[in-house]
Amino acid sequence: MLGLAKRKTSVTTGGSLPVVALLAAVCVFLAIGCAVSSIFAQQTVAGLAQGAIYGSLALALVLIYRATEVINFAQGEMAMATTYVAYQLTIWGLTFWLAFFVTLLIAFAFGVIVQVVFIRPVQHSVIAVVIVTIGLFILIDGLVTWKWGGELRFMAAPFGNNVYRLGSVTLSRQDIGVLLVSILSVIILWALFKFTKIGLGMRAAALRPAAASLVGVRVNWMLALGWGLAAVLGAVAGMMTEPSTFLQPTMMQPILLYAFAAAVLGGLESPAGAAIGGVLIGVFMNLIGQYVDFATAELRLPIAFAVLLVVLLVKPNGLFGRRQVRRV
Amino acid sequence: MAELLALENVTARYGPVQALHGVSLTVAEGEIAALLGANGAGKTTTLRAVSGTVRRDGEIRFAGSGLSRIGPDSTARLGIAHVPEGRGTFAELTVWENLRLGAYTRRGALKDDFARVQTYFPWIDERRHQQAGTLSGGEQQMLALARAFMQRPRLLLLDEPSLGLAPLLVTEIFRIIKELNEHEGLTVLVVEQNAHIALQLAQNAFVLEVGRIALAGPSSELERHESIRRSYLGY
Repeated sequence: MLGLAKRKTSVTTGGSLPVVALLAAVCVFLAIGCAVSSIFAQQTVAGLAQGAIYGSLALALVLIYRATEVINFAQGEMAMATTYVAYQLTIWGLTFWLAFFVTLLIAFAFGVIVQVVFIRPVQHSVIAVVIVTIGLFILIDGLVTWKWGGELRFMAAPFGNNVYRLGSVTLSRQDIGVLLVSILSVIILWALFKFTKIGLGMRAAALRPAAASLVGVRVNWMLALGWGLAAVLGAVAGMMTEPSTFLQPTMMQPILLYAFAAAVLGGLESPAGAAIGGVLIGVFMNLIGQYVDFATAELRLPIAFAVLLVVLLVKPNGLFGRRQVRRV
Repeated sequence: MAELLALENVTARYGPVQALHGVSLTVAEGEIAALLGANGAGKTTTLRAVSGTVRRDGEIRFAGSGLSRIGPDSTARLGIAHVPEGRGTFAELTVWENLRLGAYTRRGALKDDFARVQTYFPWIDERRHQQAGTLSGGEQQMLALARAFMQRPRLLLLDEPSLGLAPLLVTEIFRIIKELNEHEGLTVLVVEQNAHIALQLAQNAFVLEVGRIALAGPSSELERHESIRRSYLGY
């Protein structure tokens, strides 16, 4: 019949009931474990800190996935490169935290420039963008190794090496610091998207570029800003990783793999899902490392992906993925 | 009446397919003009040429400035609100966020505008935290109008507001368009399949045939026109 047009609309369903129940069960499990065993509690907090880093990088991947519909394979290397920038700044005499904030600015500019120079010219083709991000991966890796060399380097520790004691539980200051910085940056980003006009413009540009431009949103700039913010999150993840892995060109590669896993587990489209996915993976990798004897360091990544595979078999769109609905 | 929008010999193409073969028309400030024609005649493309969402040639003037070289985000900033096919609703965002996007090009508080939006769409306040995609078709069309209104445009481009709606809702939508025109002085260029209702609404109308204006004039004259009646009105 004339006058009937099918339109595709997609609506976020958020966490469905089984997912929420699952997460609640996980929280109860962790709480009981922490109450029973101080080693369990220590490993959980360390896992939370590690997971917060996976979550930040996963969130960066999701930001770009929503805006450009590709996985940015160079996200980890961009984070690594900006961490080297922070290192260079501390060599020049800046304190860690001054270098941290200057690096965030540089990372933002870096992300914007990458989008404008390398991504925008090929953004009509998803496969071309993917290949460009792989090329960036190799390019950045090569440039950093050429400039700083492949050997381990060390930065001033941002949180010191002290520990807090909470009864019988020993918490490292570094884990707490990493956790707080990651949570804070995610909250700031969330507030930016939720409450500011530019954040709304960025969401609109990512969701429906054509409709967004009709209300006056400069879509190309919004996409570039998205890349800039993703690079900032990556820089946070990189600088928070450095105290535990130290500085080397390959430092972010395993973290990027965990971040992929976290993003897919969360549903690729869902920022909250990415953050939660990252934390879940961080905590459980740590606990498995502690309590499952055969799970040596080499087996951790395979185990993580085996779990991911099982989850995707049950929920193909991830824990917080979107279901496509149609309305006539 | 002063001319607000003028197209002179405008052509447009999608790849190798030419959709407009030289469209000329003018819309006066404060009027409602209708764009009629069969499927594929170029009605939607004409609107898209004005807002800049299709590559076009020829001269387009809006309030004295040329539009031919600028994109949709810039035409929006000049005061053109385009409600496209499919209404351009951000289904994933809330009603309130959709309205905020309508006012994206403007500075300052939205309170007054929102208060005025509520006089036309009283239901909208209690639904403001609802996801726009969960609204009914008629509500989504009203939200699209409200969003366009928040932009405070001088010219409103409407693409088939009646599409997919029940007759009662169509009447309601067109009543609101008429009110916006009369009370707010909003100039409207509306594309419609439903020639009968469009001719009742508009003061002037243009009939497109294969990318050209075939007929133009006051609605009352076109309504009596033999070929219009046979082709579009069916009596």
